Amino acid sequence: MSDTHAQSAAFVRESFIPQSPPPARERGILKWGRENLFSNWFYTLLTLVSLYVVFSLLSGFLPWLFSGVWNAGSLSECREILQGVDAGCFAVLTERWNQLLFGFSYPTEAYWRPTLAFILLFVCAAPVLFSGLPRKLLILTLLYPFAAYWLLWGGTIVVPLMALLGVVLGYVAFGATVSRGFATALVAALVVAGIVWWVGIAVAGAVPDFVALMPVPSRDMGGFMLNMMLGTVCVSLSLPFGILLALGRQSRLPIIKIACVAFIEFIRGVPLITLLFVANVVLAYFLPPGTNFDLILRVIIMITMFASAYIAEVIRGGLAALPRGQYEAADALGLDYGQAMRLIILPQALKISIPGIVNVAVGLFKDTTLVSIISMFDVVGMIRGPILASTDWNGVYWELYGAAALLFFVVCYTISQYSQWLERKLATDHR
Amino acid sequence: MASIPDQDHSGFRPSMLLNDRRYRGLTYQFIALIVIIFLMAWLGMNLVSNLAAAGLNFSYSFLGDPAGYDINQALIEYDSQSSHLRAAIVGLLNTLLVAIMGCITATVIGVTAGVLRLSKNWLVARLMSLYVEAFRNVPVLIWILMIGTIVQLGPSPRVYLGEEPERGLIFGLFAFTNRGITSPAPIWEAGSVWVVVALVASIVAAWAYMRFRKKALFSSGTLYPAWPVLPILVVPAVAFYFILGQPIGLNMPDTLANRFNLSGGFEIQRPLIALWLALSVYTGAFIAENVRAGILAVSKGQTEAAASLGLRPRRIMNLVILPQALRVIIPPLISQYLNLTKNSSLAIAVGYADITATLGGITLNQTGRAIESILLLMLFYLVISLSISAAMNVYNASVALKER
Repeated sequence: MSDTHAQSAAFVRESFIPQSPPPARERGILKWGRENLFSNWFYTLLTLVSLYVVFSLLSGFLPWLFSGVWNAGSLSECREILQGVDAGCFAVLTERWNQLLFGFSYPTEAYWRPTLAFILLFVCAAPVLFSGLPRKLLILTLLYPFAAYWLLWGGTIVVPLMALLGVVLGYVAFGATVSRGFATALVAALVVAGIVWWVGIAVAGAVPDFVALMPVPSRDMGGFMLNMMLGTVCVSLSLPFGILLALGRQSRLPIIKIACVAFIEFIRGVPLITLLFVANVVLAYFLPPGTNFDLILRVIIMITMFASAYIAEVIRGGLAALPRGQYEAADALGLDYGQAMRLIILPQALKISIPGIVNVAVGLFKDTTLVSIISMFDVVGMIRGPILASTDWNGVYWELYGAAALLFFVVCYTISQYSQWLERKLATDHR
Repeated sequence: MASIPDQDHSGFRPSMLLNDRRYRGLTYQFIALIVIIFLMAWLGMNLVSNLAAAGLNFSYSFLGDPAGYDINQALIEYDSQSSHLRAAIVGLLNTLLVAIMGCITATVIGVTAGVLRLSKNWLVARLMSLYVEAFRNVPVLIWILMIGTIVQLGPSPRVYLGEEPERGLIFGLFAFTNRGITSPAPIWEAGSVWVVVALVASIVAAWAYMRFRKKALFSSGTLYPAWPVLPILVVPAVAFYFILGQPIGLNMPDTLANRFNLSGGFEIQRPLIALWLALSVYTGAFIAENVRAGILAVSKGQTEAAASLGLRPRRIMNLVILPQALRVIIPPLISQYLNLTKNSSLAIAVGYADITATLGGITLNQTGRAIESILLLMLFYLVISLSISAAMNVYNASVALKER
């Protein structure tokens, strides 16, 4: 112990000095900037180059965007208004937005129908996308294809109703006979559904005006609507086919395996555009003489084949990533092949494959623009065909391509952000 | 399979084909085979009867007929009197040309963007994310059309030449006009083949030296310098070039010959440039993502372990990180190359004469031989794809982790 204490010593500090702030260059924006932008000469150079790039992009783009013309009847009128100023002629969008979205021959008074179908798509897909929603809402998802068909193509409501009835009764028949074996139940379901559909066709033919919307033939559909339609239909159809192909490829039965491998490798080896050529000019040769169904359906068939091959490969990756123990555990429980797949293997394999499936879906949605090359009028086809070819708007490239790019960007970016969110949510491993 | 004690060994009964797991597979396969055969037969019969009804026959004799159309950019001799087969070969070479050019530039762009996206420089990383997201989320066809439009914006040759043609060439070598890029063309004279041979030989020698250097390092720890590679590469070819009396000349673009156009030199035409650029930047965005994923896949412990062994940062990159990252990067990289090759079939949108545009486009429309042309077209793409994926399988097997 010392003899000095507070009373006798000249000065004793009794409290802490308040902390002084860090030096100016070690805090706030200066510190951040020094660490993230100017930490050494190379980074400084990179930053300066990037700043220059950003500046030149924005200084070119922003005036073009903000001093653009939104109201004019043609490109020459636009140029008159602008008087030599380099700015966008967005009047083409205000005048032709309906063609970009719906194609040039979809009846104007029926625009609410595809719009409603588009909105319903989100409502009805929500129960699938977000597992937090009540499971009963899945009924909406089930109803959606029939509602969307009725909204887009029109005609009597009997057609989608009878189609739905066929599915429901087929399901009931399946439930009633499933105790006698899966194959028997499947046959029973198909027979029942087939009968209902056959009756349905007859009934729909008899009362074509019963609660009918104005019918719209498929060749009148176009614009971004066509891209959305092809994308949604083909992705949803290709999922079940993809699963079957992947299982077939993993199969121990050589003939089935060879057939699946040949199909998958063939489809993946050729560009989509050649398959679309097939849909356009060759497919008719392979169908019975006299059959003639419309181009959209043929394109849907080919794109579905294309997508299912890619999805099959993604799912095969998921199947291969499962530990062998899962297969062996299913065997040990005495499950047969169907049960093992349905209850043990596929739920896990599909979960692993979700990011890959979403990638394929986004890629496929982008690839639907390729139909413009076989002269269908999707959004790119509309731009390259009727709009740019018209005397009014010949030469408005940037505004149109930019608008199309923006439409695709919004959809694809949203989907990929959703997929990343889902991946984080489903991640059950610990990192 | 483990033997099951109460198994029935009493021989085969027909009912086992349905009830016994050992034989049920045969039944399924038999049914599948029948279905496939019937499907094929049905399609084939439809084809035969449709062709008969249309008065057509299945034959490739049209390939020998004169094509009757011009192709603006051809790597081999071609004129409108050449056969359809030759037009198809020109298209095939054009496809391969744009695919190879595209793969090289896409790799450069993709690796740069992928590495920069991981950079600690905030601004650069953000810019690269913007690039990657913008190109990945918009269809390649729109990019091809947009870049096709950009390339059209160049000045016409006449405007480009202006009043003082001598100033027209960039570095005195290149001219950029709305017709394309004009560059000097090599003139091969007698003896030039030896220069090329010398160059190839010195590339092989340089590769052998690098290999020897690596082997020496790994076996004895001696590190030979890397700089001799440069003289090995350059000296023999240059020496041969001068010894043989400069056999390779340059055909310079001539700006003075004509007021309205450039003559001479080698012209890379606009459609090729548009398609090449579009495919490069589009595929580059995907490659950037693969590169980023590959680098992130190497765990941080590897870097730290290497550092604790006393390796310097460059050595860590070359000896520890890159070999492991490449194992992750290369397979998706190859499949991006395949995608690029398949996407090059969109050449038709900017008017580049690839095989889809010649064989699947003009030839098909002129001769009406849809089935034959498309079959040939698919076969060509299939051969490319299958040979690349075969090569990839070999590579994958060679770098796969050997564990247990």
